Amino acid sequence: MKKLLLGNQAIARGLYEAGVKVVSSYPGTPSTEITEFASEYDEMYCEWAPNEKVATETAFGASLRGVRSACAMKHVGLNVAADPLFTLSYTGVNGGLVIFVADDPAMHSSQNEQDSRHYAIAAKVPMLEPSDSAEAKFVKQAYEISEKYDTPVLFRMCTRIAHSQSSVELEERVEKPLAQYSRNPQKYIMSPANAIKRHPFVEERVCKLKELGETSPLNRVEMADSEIGIICAGTCYQYVKEVFGDSVSVLKLGLVNPLPEKIIRDFANKVKKLYVIEELDGIIEQHLNTLGIPCTGKEMFSPLGEYNQATIRKAFGMDAPESTAADSVIPVRPPIMCAGCPHRGMFYVLSKNKITTLGDIGCYTLGSAAPLNAVDSTLCMGASVSGIHGFNKAGGEETEKKTVCVIGDSTFMHSGITGLVNIAYNGSNSTVIILDNSITGMTGHQQNPTTGYNIKGEPANAVNLEDLCHAVGIKRVRVVDPYNLKECEDAVLEEIGVLEPSVIISRRPCMLLKYVKPKPPLTVNTDKCVGCKMCMKIGCPAISIKNGKACIDATQCVGCNVCSQMCKLGAIVKGDE
Amino acid sequence: METKNIMIVGVGGQGSLLASKLLGTLLTDEGYDVKVSEVHGMSQRGGSVVTYVRFGEKVYSPVITQGEADIIVSFEKLEAARHAPCLKKGGRIIVNTQQIDPMPVITGAAEYPENVLDELKAKNIQIDAVDALSLATRAGNAKSVNIVLMGRVAKCFDIPCDKWLAAIEKCVKPQFVQVNKKAFELGYES
Repeated sequence: MKKLLLGNQAIARGLYEAGVKVVSSYPGTPSTEITEFASEYDEMYCEWAPNEKVATETAFGASLRGVRSACAMKHVGLNVAADPLFTLSYTGVNGGLVIFVADDPAMHSSQNEQDSRHYAIAAKVPMLEPSDSAEAKFVKQAYEISEKYDTPVLFRMCTRIAHSQSSVELEERVEKPLAQYSRNPQKYIMSPANAIKRHPFVEERVCKLKELGETSPLNRVEMADSEIGIICAGTCYQYVKEVFGDSVSVLKLGLVNPLPEKIIRDFANKVKKLYVIEELDGIIEQHLNTLGIPCTGKEMFSPLGEYNQATIRKAFGMDAPESTAADSVIPVRPPIMCAGCPHRGMFYVLSKNKITTLGDIGCYTLGSAAPLNAVDSTLCMGASVSGIHGFNKAGGEETEKKTVCVIGDSTFMHSGITGLVNIAYNGSNSTVIILDNSITGMTGHQQNPTTGYNIKGEPANAVNLEDLCHAVGIKRVRVVDPYNLKECEDAVLEEIGVLEPSVIISRRPCMLLKYVKPKPPLTVNTDKCVGCKMCMKIGCPAISIKNGKACIDATQCVGCNVCSQMCKLGAIVKGDE
Repeated sequence: METKNIMIVGVGGQGSLLASKLLGTLLTDEGYDVKVSEVHGMSQRGGSVVTYVRFGEKVYSPVITQGEADIIVSFEKLEAARHAPCLKKGGRIIVNTQQIDPMPVITGAAEYPENVLDELKAKNIQIDAVDALSLATRAGNAKSVNIVLMGRVAKCFDIPCDKWLAAIEKCVKPQFVQVNKKAFELGYES
C-alpha cells in the first residue's frame, strides 16, 4: 500500500517495520516528528529524554541488551551526543543502533548550519542519506549494516526531507527476537587497554564499509549522456533531476560515509565534465580531490544555505522563468512571540531596567527582537546559565547587579542544571531566571521531565524545579507570575541586588496549550487613550495604533492583561468591564 | 502532464498545514505523484510561512521557485505580494483580503503597502480576492479560512466537489467535518 508521508513520519514507519523496540530522543526542529510519530506505534517503547546525550546512551543500553534501538535529534543535538557516539564507534552494538540526525541548511530554526557528515567521518561510522520519504526504506538497510558491521549508524536528514511529504510503500513489521546478552568486557568496557585493541577493528570496519559502498544499491548510477556527470546525494538529487531530467548522468550516493572510490572513478571516466552538487560543505568534492579526480563543486555552489532548482539553473547559466514583483517595499514578517505569551512580561521588565540578559535556545530567543530587545546572547542549549557565571566572575559585583540569564524549563532540564551546579559550587552571585511555560514550546509542544506527562500524555514523575534548585545549593528560589509586571520587577531587582546566587522561576503555561483557556479580549477606552504608545512597548501582535489610538485585535487577544499594566491612564479595560 | 505547482502562503498559525494536508490527500487519491513541503514548529508563529504542493506524473523537487507557481493561495494580502515573484506567467493568486500587520509595521518601523493587490493587478497578475474571514465566520469558525480558500482553489480544477468533501472528511477530526465542509462550499460558491 502506498501512502503520502512526511519524511519524519516515513522514518518512524521505517523504525516500526525494522522491528525497532526502543526510541529515545530530545526534540529539535527538524527532527522532532520522527519520535512523535514513532510513539503512535505501541510495538515500540518511545520517550523524550532530557537531552541527546541521555537519549543516545539510552539507545546504547537498549542495543547492549539486544534490541534494535534509535534516537533522533537535530544537527546541534549531535554535538551534545558526540561523547557517546565516538566511543560507541569502538564498542559497536548488540542490537542494531541508528542515530537520526537532521541538518538545517538555511537555518529555518537553528543557530548554525553545521554539516553532520563531519561527525560520520570523525567517528568512523557509516552514514546513510535518503532523498525523499520513499527512501526511508533505507532505515531497514541501516539496521542491517549496524548489525552486520557491528557499528552505530548515522542517518542524515535535512529540513526539506524531514518536512516534505511524498509517497511511501508501506510494508509489514518484522519482529526481531531479543538477542542474547552476554558479558563481553573486551568489547564493552572501553578502558585504555581494551580500547587500544578495539581501535584496529574500527579502522578495518571503515575499509569494509568502503567495499560495501562499491556494490550496495544505496549508491546508484543513472547513466545517460556522457557530456555531463553529476555526483549528488539527498535532496540535491531531486533538484538535479528537476532541472536536468534524464539529460545528464547522475551518481546518486545513499551511503555518504565512507565514500566509495571505484564507482566514483568509473563514473568520472565515463563523463566529459564532472560536477559535485552538495549542500553545505564540500565533503564529496574533497574526497574526489584526494582521489585526484578533477571535478567542479564549491567554486560554482555556495557552502551557505539551502539549494533548490533555481540555484542549479543559475549556476549552470540557465534562464530563470519569467516573474513579476510588486513595486512597493514589502516589510519583513519575522516570527514573533504570540499574544499572551508568558515570556513577554518578564522580558519587558528586563528591557525596561536595561538588564544584561544572557539568553538560551527556545521561543524566548524571540525576546531579542524589537521592541523588547531584551536578550544579549544566544549560543547553545544551557549556555545562558554557564555563561552568566563566567560573565559575572569576569565583571565582579558591579556586573552581577546588572545581569541575569533566562532559560526555559525544557532547556534547563536539557543542560541548564550543570551550569547552576557550577554557580552554586564556585559561587557567583548570579541570577538565573527559569522561564517555565510548562512545555517544550519552540519545537511544537513536547512533554519534558518538568511537565508531569510522558510522550504519550500519560502521567509521569514531574521534577520540582524549586526543590532541584535548592538541592544543588541555591538558597534563594522564588516563583513569580509573568503576567504580573510589578511582581516580576520587584523580584528581579531584589535578586540581582543580593550577594548570593538566586533563581527566579517565572511560571505560566504556554497560552497555546489546549488546557489554557483564554480570557475575554481586552478593549481600549478611546476616550481615555491619548495614543502615548506605552502599550506598544511590550511588542504584542494584538495591539496596534489606529487613528492615533491603541486598538486591540479581539481575534488575537487572550486577555493576559499585561498591556493594561502598561497604561497609566487606565484606558485598557477587561472585556467584561 | 507537466507538474503543477501550488503555493500556500500566510502567517504562521493560520492553518496552512491543514490546507496542504487536504491537497496532498486529494491529489494522491486522484492518482498523482505528489510532494508537499511544509513548515513545522511553533518558532515560526507570527512569521511568514510557505507551503509548497506539487503534483504530476513524476515530481522531483519538493519546492517551488521563482516563476514556477500555477496558483498562489495567500491567507493574507502582504504575503501574496511577498511571494508574487514565484508566480508563473499567466498564473493566479487567490488571496484572503485580511490584513495582518507584521511587527515592523506595528512598531512603526515600516509601512503596510495598502494597495498592494491593485499594484499586482496593474502588472497583469490575475488576482482572485476573497474575504475568507467573513465566509469562515459564516461557516461557524473563523479558523476555517484555510478551507474557504481551498473551496476557491477547487474552482480551478476539474476534480468534482464530492472528492474534495471526501478528502475533508479524511483530514479533519469528526467534530470539525461539518463546519469545514460548509467553509469549503462557501468558498466554492463565492
